[in-house]
Amino acid sequence: MLDFSIIVEHWDMYMQGFGNTVKAIKLALLGSLLIGIVIAVFRIAPVRLFNWLGAAYVEFIRNIPLILVVFIFFFGFPALGVRLDSFTAGTLGLTVYTAAFIAEVIRAGILSVPKGQMEAARSSGLTYLQAMRYIILPQAIKLVIPPLGNQFINLVKNSSVLGVIAGLDLMYFGDLISSETFVTFDVYIFVAVFYLVLTVPLSLGVGFLERRLARRR
Amino acid sequence: MDFIGAYSPIHLKFLLEGFLVTLEVAFISIVLSFAIGIVIGVLRYARIPVVAQVLAVGVETIRNLPLLLIIFFTYFALPEVGLKLDKLYAAILALVIFESAMLSEIVRSGLNSIEKGQIEAARASGLTYIQTMWYIILPQALRRMVPPIVSQFISLLKDTSLAVVIALPELMNHAQIINGRNVNYVIPIFLLVALMYFTVNYSLSLVSKRLENKQL
Repeated sequence: MLDFSIIVEHWDMYMQGFGNTVKAIKLALLGSLLIGIVIAVFRIAPVRLFNWLGAAYVEFIRNIPLILVVFIFFFGFPALGVRLDSFTAGTLGLTVYTAAFIAEVIRAGILSVPKGQMEAARSSGLTYLQAMRYIILPQAIKLVIPPLGNQFINLVKNSSVLGVIAGLDLMYFGDLISSETFVTFDVYIFVAVFYLVLTVPLSLGVGFLERRLARRR
Repeated sequence: MDFIGAYSPIHLKFLLEGFLVTLEVAFISIVLSFAIGIVIGVLRYARIPVVAQVLAVGVETIRNLPLLLIIFFTYFALPEVGLKLDKLYAAILALVIFESAMLSEIVRSGLNSIEKGQIEAARASGLTYIQTMWYIILPQALRRMVPPIVSQFISLLKDTSLAVVIALPELMNHAQIINGRNVNYVIPIFLLVALMYFTVNYSLSLVSKRLENKQL
């Protein structure tokens, strides 16, 4: 049977970890959305060099492990003279990594908007950027929301790598609590519950949106 | 930065040994989780009462948890309930638990993508349900599942690096050991390690893309 006194006695620590996990997720989501949109536009913009840069970013990051990206920020940057604390390094790593996946999702969304839309917008006098901003992106966003949701769920799960570099998140505090209480099993079950609190509603929401989109087609 | 020192033959050999462990763990895990994934996927597809619901809850729970947590669990928490595994088995068990949940979803959506008429036609021509599954539905569905399964394998290969938390002697672990010797090795070693992962994963993704195009 689970020992509930652990969660009662260490509630503050769990909450602190949970709070930091949520904070890292929020920052990384915002950052990776911004970078992701830029990269996606780079990949479709009518400039060869930009296409190439965007593709290089996406392909490189998507094919290396997240933990390596985080380690580069945490261990690699100090070697170059830039010292980052563990939370910042972890969040930056998460941002850079997630951005590559978000860029792909957004690119697919933009490409699914019929080509005529861009042509019509351009011929009615909008610049390329205006056409993107006012015509293409608003239409793409609807298609993009369910797969973005999936990336968001991955981000929540991936945020646990902060624990590896003592990033003060839920995993880290789980570790701390288990070394204080000498209990592992129960401590991590509660950690799991906290992750599920975040991911299950998101999964249900994404599933609902996916089914609704499928029905409309 | 000391590229020459970092890329000494001893270090290169050490990294390669780590990478072999990474590939080995990834390969064993994908084979096992594919087998389990097919069983779970088929059972859920067949909608066997109670079994299907229990599996659904299990799969959804696992899919919604971080893999890192599962690795912690199999290595640190299981001994508490009397199951002590060494690093290699703990890592493989965690990967198999996580990936079979992922793969079962791929199998299930592959099965769902086969037209219902196929089952009806097979059943009408006298095959049993099991025969229909085995000879008609699975072969067609498996072909459609190849690209997502390759992508899943790429994820799995990347995810083995999480076993660095239990000091499994795979690529990341070996990289960190070398990095510990001299701070000037860190950047060159990370670059090389990134290149190693990239080369294998990118080749796999090209294979997957080619397979995808072939089918359309």
